[in-house]
Parts: sequence; structure tokens; C-alpha cells
Amino acid sequence: MRTRPPVQSPDTLVEPRLGPLPNGPAAAAVLAAGIGCFALGLLTVLSTAFPPLANVLQFYPPTGPLTGVSTLAVVVWLIAWLVYHRLWRHKQVRFTTVLVVTLVLIILGVIGTFPPFYNLF
Amino acid sequence: MGGICLLLTTGEALADLHGFILGAFFLLAYSGGLASLFALRIEWEKPTGVAMLIRQIKIGTVLMAVIIWLTVITGTYIVYPLYRAQYQQVLSITAWNTFAMAWKMHLAWIAPMLATAVAYVVIRYRSQLAGEARIRQTLEVLFTAAFAAAGVAGILGAFVTKVLPVH
Repeated sequence: MRTRPPVQSPDTLVEPRLGPLPNGPAAAAVLAAGIGCFALGLLTVLSTAFPPLANVLQFYPPTGPLTGVSTLAVVVWLIAWLVYHRLWRHKQVRFTTVLVVTLVLIILGVIGTFPPFYNLF
Repeated sequence: MGGICLLLTTGEALADLHGFILGAFFLLAYSGGLASLFALRIEWEKPTGVAMLIRQIKIGTVLMAVIIWLTVITGTYIVYPLYRAQYQQVLSITAWNTFAMAWKMHLAWIAPMLATAVAYVVIRYRSQLAGEARIRQTLEVLFTAAFAAAGVAGILGAFVTKVLPVH
């Protein structure tokens, strides 16, 4: 089996770098997607719980509050991506931790979009 | 005896574009994309094989990201308003809308964010992915989550279309 020895990072708490690019940019993209999913679920719950907010989120009235919910979720996703990319673009981060946090955010986001859940509020 | 019109109405054509063409393409392309990602390993492929796989995965993931964005945008801004206008009398009293359509139209927006993250990482890291097991596994997970979100939305949409078709 052909394997490459890892390049040891001076910080032994993070994963070793295996190639020319650090894993920071990938981690930023992954985590930002999780944050965007969470924002989608949160905004869905909030727009149901607060009817005045739902009215404000009717960016396109024929569709209703979904346009505001989805647009703001996308904006949150893009901002999170920009922020984390700038923070991590030259860094090697704990990718497993990023994946776990992202999965938790995605699951919470899915729960937030589930009608029996958001109708509780 | 009157004639039979076999042509689709505008609403039906738009709904078919959204679901049968765009949405179905994304779901069908998933298995090929996942298989290619799974095979992208330096211990399995020579450099020329890795380069070939990367090219396939780049095209595939970018295309899938574009397609799923078009799917959710057409659904939200074109098909859903038609549906909402046609069935406004029954929207609040049928579970096909209060559960199925309500969940589908929100859940679906998860897929394009995840699919775009996958496409970006593939483009950025290229053949380095073949040696980055953790990143690759993460992409497989996100790719599958995007497929699951789009799949559930698609199934719910197919059922809703049967009961409350857009004309």
C-alpha cells in the first residue's frame, strides 16, 4: 500500500498537513454550510413563533415568508464562510471536530424545518 | 365530441421542470458522484487515475450544485406561488400542505449549501483530496446529507403534486 508520511505540524493538537494546502479552507466551507443549515431551521422557527417577523420576511409576497427565511439563511451561510475562511485559510484545524459540529448544526437545522416541531412555537 | 388537449399547461410544465428535470437530475447524479469520491484514494489510483477522477468529480459536483440551486429557486419563486394561488382555500386544512409542502419547501434549501461546499472543496484541493481521508470522508457525508434533503423534498413534492397538482 502506498502512503505518504505526514508532515508534522508544530502544533501537535491539530492534524498533520498532508499536502501543499492546509485544511483550513475546507473546514471553513464545511462549517459555514452547517451554520447556514442551522440558520435556516432557526429562522423557520422564529418566523412561525413571531407573526410580525413572518410579515417582514415576505420578501416576495406570492411565496410568503419562505423567501425571507431562505434568503437570510443564505446570507448567514456566506458571511460565516467569509469569516471562517479568513480565520483559517492558512491554518491546519481539527477537522473531525469541525465535522461533528457541522453535523450537529445540520441536524438542528433539519429539526427546525420540521413542521410538527416549529408549530410548537 | 371535444378534442383532447395533450399539451401541458404552463404551470404543469414549470412544475415538471422543477421536479422531474432539475430535481431528478440531482438525485440521479448523486450515486456517480459518491462512487467517484469514494474511489479517490492514492492507495487505489495512480496519478493519472487520480487526475481523471478529479476532473470527473469537479464537473459532477459543480453541475450538481448549479442544478440544485436552480431547483430550489424555481420551486420557491415560480412553482410554489402558482400552487399557493391555486389552492389558497384549502392550504390551512390539508396535511399535504401543512406538513408535506411546508417541510419540503424549507428542507430543500439545505441541499444547495451543502452541495456548494462539496464542489468548492473539490475545486480547491483537487488531487490533494486523494491523500486527505478526513476531508474526503467529510465530503461524502455532506454529499449524502444534500442528497437526503433533496430526496425527502422530492418525494414529498411528488406526493403533493399528485394530490394538489399545479396547473
